[in-house]
Amino acid sequence: MIRRDTSDIVFRRVLAVFPISILMLVAGIFFQLVSASHLTLNKFGFGFLFHSTWDPVAENFGALPFIFGTCVTSFVALLLAVPVGVGAAVYLAEYAPPKVSKTISILVDLLAAIPSVIYGLWGIFVLVPFMRNTVQPFLGKYLGFLPFFQGPNYGVSFLSASVILAIIIVPFIISVSREVIMAVPSVYKESAYALGTTRWEAISDIVLSYGKVGILGAVILALGRAIGETMAVTMIIGNNPVITASLFSPGYTLASVLANEFAEATTNMYLSSLIEIGLVLFLVSIVVNILARILIWSVTKGPGQEIK
Amino acid sequence: MKLPSSSVIASEAKQSFKDLIRSSFEQTRFQRALWDHAMVYVLTLCAVFMLFILFTILIHLFIQGFTSLNLDFFTQLPKPVGEKGGGMANAIAGTFTLLGLAVCVGVPIGLGAGVYLSEYANQNFAQVVRFMADVMNGIPSIVYGIFAYIVCVLPLKSFSALSGGFALGIMMIPMITRTSEQFVRMVPSQLREAGLALGVPKWRVTVDIVIPSALAGITTGIMVALARVAGETAPLLFTAFGNHYWQRSLTEPIAALPLQVFTYAIAPFDDWHRQAWAGAIVLILMVLLINGWAQFYVMRRNRWSSGK
Repeated sequence: MIRRDTSDIVFRRVLAVFPISILMLVAGIFFQLVSASHLTLNKFGFGFLFHSTWDPVAENFGALPFIFGTCVTSFVALLLAVPVGVGAAVYLAEYAPPKVSKTISILVDLLAAIPSVIYGLWGIFVLVPFMRNTVQPFLGKYLGFLPFFQGPNYGVSFLSASVILAIIIVPFIISVSREVIMAVPSVYKESAYALGTTRWEAISDIVLSYGKVGILGAVILALGRAIGETMAVTMIIGNNPVITASLFSPGYTLASVLANEFAEATTNMYLSSLIEIGLVLFLVSIVVNILARILIWSVTKGPGQEIK
Repeated sequence: MKLPSSSVIASEAKQSFKDLIRSSFEQTRFQRALWDHAMVYVLTLCAVFMLFILFTILIHLFIQGFTSLNLDFFTQLPKPVGEKGGGMANAIAGTFTLLGLAVCVGVPIGLGAGVYLSEYANQNFAQVVRFMADVMNGIPSIVYGIFAYIVCVLPLKSFSALSGGFALGIMMIPMITRTSEQFVRMVPSQLREAGLALGVPKWRVTVDIVIPSALAGITTGIMVALARVAGETAPLLFTAFGNHYWQRSLTEPIAALPLQVFTYAIAPFDDWHRQAWAGAIVLILMVLLINGWAQFYVMRRNRWSSGK
């Protein structure tokens, strides 16, 4: 029987303050964002989300162009990053020799640690000129009949932002889906081999179908990153609140309008509308992350290890 | 001549029909082998493509960064617009100041929560806190900036080092919670039991035996969290705000390396671009060194525990 004296009980209670403060913090952020954006919440209501004017002078605010920009860039980024990311994860988990797999995984984790402002710097000076001089003219020439690839070519565009986002989220997709694939019990794969399947059939029909929920979780987690990614996008999207089908057009996202305008918001109304955009970002990222964690935990059986 | 009975004909027809279906829907052995081989190349290509892009970025960064770096960068204050030369000495000092403040906020709460989760919490509560910590990790960093703006900048009526450090500190909490819980949990239970058997209260066992045994791991976790927030720009935009001079007190705006890289990168001056590259390389070396060291530490520890 463990000796229980009062010091033990006190210590336990004091220590319990810390985990509870984590829960309180999340609730506190929500509460603060709501109360600080009450001006626009009251004035515009849900119309804020479906209104496309952004006019700080007339104090008329609608977040639709930013929501549009965030959706477009995140979606295109996922379209680019998911096939490569999942493919690379399958390679690392199933095909690569253990040493190669381990080395590449460490590299991928290191790359995930590079600050996004540095990707943004690279984006401004390397990616944007490359998109302007090579990729966008090429797309305009051969796929110009699609509405996505029409319009003037500035270099700073939805497309450039999507590419940088894809580069930023690929390491996340790889490391989480690799973990999910490794968590699939090898018995299943071995049984498939015993039935005479090829390696690829065992992977595609057994491993991936067992792990698909977790991989979906990894993709949603990456979506969360893409939605919240601020600096790199702000530096190369062009900061122009429009709704257009053209990916060549400069755009704006929820996060980048905050980065650009928050410190300059002069009126209470302006500040309140920006904080409401922050609230939208907060709620979306909470929903996305909860969904992603549930999916990933369902495959890896509980919280995965942050550090292996 | 005897005709086959109708039932035999029917069963034969059924059989051939089945064969037909099978042969039209199933791949030949050659096709299956072909797929199997093709997928090896496709997946390898995914991994190689991903590595190629990420290395392109890294190499470019290193070349640009190291050619831009000079001694002035570490010792001089930024020069006014239009003048060449100068450095980011104040930004480097500012980043360390901010990290110091962040440690004051993030470490006590994160470590306390981690120890509580490992040593005291019941499993349901622990799972909820872990879940919320993971979700908090996915909240966009700019949202923490807004939170810090509301609770620190508005009451103090000024952008300040304190609010910047606060924003970075709360970002560190979930990361430190998760890693310190893992490392505390790894302390062998015999050590705890040996302490308890001597009649030491549990809290003394925790403080004097468990935490010191896990200290190296906990420190690693803290360093990794520090490396991650060191490169954060978005939460500093409207909390720390940036400063062209040495800050004299913690309630003044303060310069930070990632912030300075951002400001210089989007400015139209070549010499500022050069300094942005230099700032980027210093930042990236800091982040990669800390992460690399942590990876090395974790690998060494894994080798110990698997060697036993």
